[in-house]
Amino acid sequence: MNMVTPATPPVATPRLADVPALKDKIAIRNLDFYYGQSKALKGISLPLYANRATAFIGPSGCGKSTLLRVLNRMYDLYPNQRAEGQVVFDGTNILDPGLDLNLLRARIGMVFQKPTPFPMTIYDNIAFGIRLYEKLSKSEIDGRVEQALQRGALWNEVKDKLNANGLSLSGGQQQRLCIARTVAVRPEVILFDEPCSALDPISTAKIEELIDELKTDYTIVIVTHNMQQAARVSDKTAFMYLGELIEFDDTNKIFTSPRDRRTQDYITGRFG
Amino acid sequence: MDASLYASRRRRNHLAATASYAATFVGLTVLALILGVLFWHGFGGLSLRVFTEMTPPPGAAGGLLNAIVGSLIMTTLALLIGAPIGVLAGTYMAEYGRHSRLTSLVRFINDILLSAPSIVVGLFIYYVMVRPMGHFSGIAGAVVLAVLVVPVMVRTTEDMLRLVPDTLREAAASIGLPRSLMIRRVAYRAARAGIVTGLLLAVARISGETAPLLFTALNNQFYSTNLNAPMASLPSVIFQFALSPYKDWQNLAWTGALIITLAVLAMSIMARALTGTRKAS
Amino acid sequence: MLPAFTLAQWSQNVATRRKFDGRMNAPGGKAVVDATWQGPDLAAQDVATRARVLNKLRLGDIFFHQLTKSAAILVLAVLGGVILSLFLGALPAFSEYGLGFLVTESWNPVTEKFGALAPIYGTIVTSLIAMLIAVPLGLMIAMFLTELCPMWLRRPIGIAIELLAGIPSIIYGIWGLFVFAPFLQQHVQPQVIALFENVPVLSTLFAGPPFGIGILTASLILAIMVLPFITSVSRDVFDAVPPVLKEAAYGLGWTQWEVWRYVVLPFTRIGVIGGVMLGLGRALGETMAVTFVIGNAHRISASLLAPGTTISATIANEFTEAVGDLYTSSLIALGLILFIITFIVLAIARYLLLRIERRIG
Repeated sequence: MNMVTPATPPVATPRLADVPALKDKIAIRNLDFYYGQSKALKGISLPLYANRATAFIGPSGCGKSTLLRVLNRMYDLYPNQRAEGQVVFDGTNILDPGLDLNLLRARIGMVFQKPTPFPMTIYDNIAFGIRLYEKLSKSEIDGRVEQALQRGALWNEVKDKLNANGLSLSGGQQQRLCIARTVAVRPEVILFDEPCSALDPISTAKIEELIDELKTDYTIVIVTHNMQQAARVSDKTAFMYLGELIEFDDTNKIFTSPRDRRTQDYITGRFG
Repeated sequence: MDASLYASRRRRNHLAATASYAATFVGLTVLALILGVLFWHGFGGLSLRVFTEMTPPPGAAGGLLNAIVGSLIMTTLALLIGAPIGVLAGTYMAEYGRHSRLTSLVRFINDILLSAPSIVVGLFIYYVMVRPMGHFSGIAGAVVLAVLVVPVMVRTTEDMLRLVPDTLREAAASIGLPRSLMIRRVAYRAARAGIVTGLLLAVARISGETAPLLFTALNNQFYSTNLNAPMASLPSVIFQFALSPYKDWQNLAWTGALIITLAVLAMSIMARALTGTRKAS
Repeated sequence: MLPAFTLAQWSQNVATRRKFDGRMNAPGGKAVVDATWQGPDLAAQDVATRARVLNKLRLGDIFFHQLTKSAAILVLAVLGGVILSLFLGALPAFSEYGLGFLVTESWNPVTEKFGALAPIYGTIVTSLIAMLIAVPLGLMIAMFLTELCPMWLRRPIGIAIELLAGIPSIIYGIWGLFVFAPFLQQHVQPQVIALFENVPVLSTLFAGPPFGIGILTASLILAIMVLPFITSVSRDVFDAVPPVLKEAAYGLGWTQWEVWRYVVLPFTRIGVIGGVMLGLGRALGETMAVTFVIGNAHRISASLLAPGTTISATIANEFTEAVGDLYTSSLIALGLILFIITFIVLAIARYLLLRIERRIG
């Protein structure tokens, strides 16, 4: 098992001069994860670069969702799950027990597989998170809500019905609402856990386009079992298998010339 | 196939089916009889006077005002005291302590309290409130009803909160929402309809409770809103009047019974309507 | 075959990505900082503000947690209080009479000789007879609702049965006193007495005179009160039987009765028993319906048509007029006995229902 970490930005691409140098936003070092007694993640080490989209791919049960949920300590809500090792974000190890989890989660947001709008109006879904952290006037919040919905590519469809219940939207719209809600809180990293698996192809295409745009301003990590989606959307890809990180490289390299046998077998559909 | 065996099986089946039709018929007939008699006897007595005049001495005309007002006061107080305790305890059991031993213990104890004879609860409040205070009082009556409300609300709140999917909780956590805010602003809102239904059912239950009030709030012939003194209530008045030999008192008892039954039925229908809309969405 | 993702395609994507510099045009053309973008200059400032906000919320968070925990503990305390107060209140009576209290029939406020036998007897006998009537009836109605009833009628009849459960018990009491008891007295009891006059055991069981009120009447009213309970619990467990089991039996040519008797009933046995125990618990503690029609006589008679008393009826009738510590204490002692009996019954019921819930999943 080898792990490829480019130490310098790719060289043979003169057109990429306007892209800033790769910088670690999150550095995962030797991460182990346990569900009760069983070890679900084994010695994962991996950088997640700022303003890039990194995809986690692999067959079912390989641990990609588990790894994603370590990044915002979501597993902390459940008693039997624990993580060991280091995940360094902005100079601190976020696995540190004394860490303020709510602050962490405000900086590392998450979009889930199943769209989960809050049982409130569309407006309140977005405003809720904003009001939590800032005291703003109604017009300021109005502006922020509009910006968030614009970012979520939803504004044109809901601008006339901001007071409708969030649950009255279609599946794809609900998911875009969840994305808008996440960006409204101004995170630095956004984690996507199979965001399109419950959606139809047209909504999926819209959301992939969205993720592509969001890349410029946020660090994206996306878990997907759809390899084509990973190829379309991400800059870096990590292939995982049975709780281990098998290969990590530029997306195009993974999909055209993978180094590990298992990666190649998975990509060509031999298993998974 | 043995024809006679088959025939006897068919006969047995036919008998069982007839028996079950008959049982259902009996059940429905009894319901019709009870409700019918209640309306028949009680309706005649319904007049504006019932709602505006106090309970009369035997032989005089009067109404049920003090009883109705007393019932309303004690029921409202019981809700104000008992519902928050019940909802908070149920919240702990569903949110913070979902797998803890404290929760299993409280669940068991709560189920006992839920089905325990209400007269025993009355004895408890008599011992801890009426005896030290030296007299019966409306507040003791309110407390006894509150103790009857708590188990209903604990059960309902825990059940309804557990129905809220965990993904919603994770979504709230993912924008950095602290636990208590997540419960109050998201989980409660999602479970709101169910909890309100529980409240309605709790009110329906305590509206008809008589026995525990008999030795906590006692009864009061006159109009009184003094919580520190005996307070009238519809059930106690019905109890006293029905067992008396006076015809006009008995009539008032029927009317009071009708009022209680209508109130309880209305609340059950409202509760059902709430659950119905919840299922539809 | 996967699309060949060439380097050229990738770099093209990057070039067409829109140039973003943190500014956006708001409606009206004014340049406004995009507040959804976390530029490096905003990041640090933001973290500090948010840390402050979250710190302030932390205290309230802990408070709410402890508040809910205290409420849960309070529920335990209430039960503890009930048991303790009953125990302390009954102590004088038990220290005076000892355990003989449980088997003494006499109940004399004047000479202060109290014994619990008559109320205990009445409570147990009325509840048992009520269950003997309500359980078969309830099971039959549940079977009707789940097997035989046409679909459009199921909901209304189900609601009607639940209405029976919702009627307050005092209504049953006055209905029993003014309607049911006189009816029995005039039209049913004389016939029954005459019918069994010469039959050896039954003549003592159904001996006159026809009071109307009495143990049997109270049992019948109790049966009506417990009936909807048994029906709804049974109905729930019957509905939970996997259809495949029933279809397998029907496929073998079994009649509806046989399917119910040999497939549904054994499968739901534990749940039904649990429901029956819960119903029994309610019957034992029922006060108002019984008080009106039981006759309030501290006597154990051989005849079911004679008046008697139950624990709850005794307490309800006599508590407010009890003078003297021993009298009051005896009544509280009765309450303690009732609580213990119902506690045991309810604990068994809960245990049984827990087992079936685990099985259904």
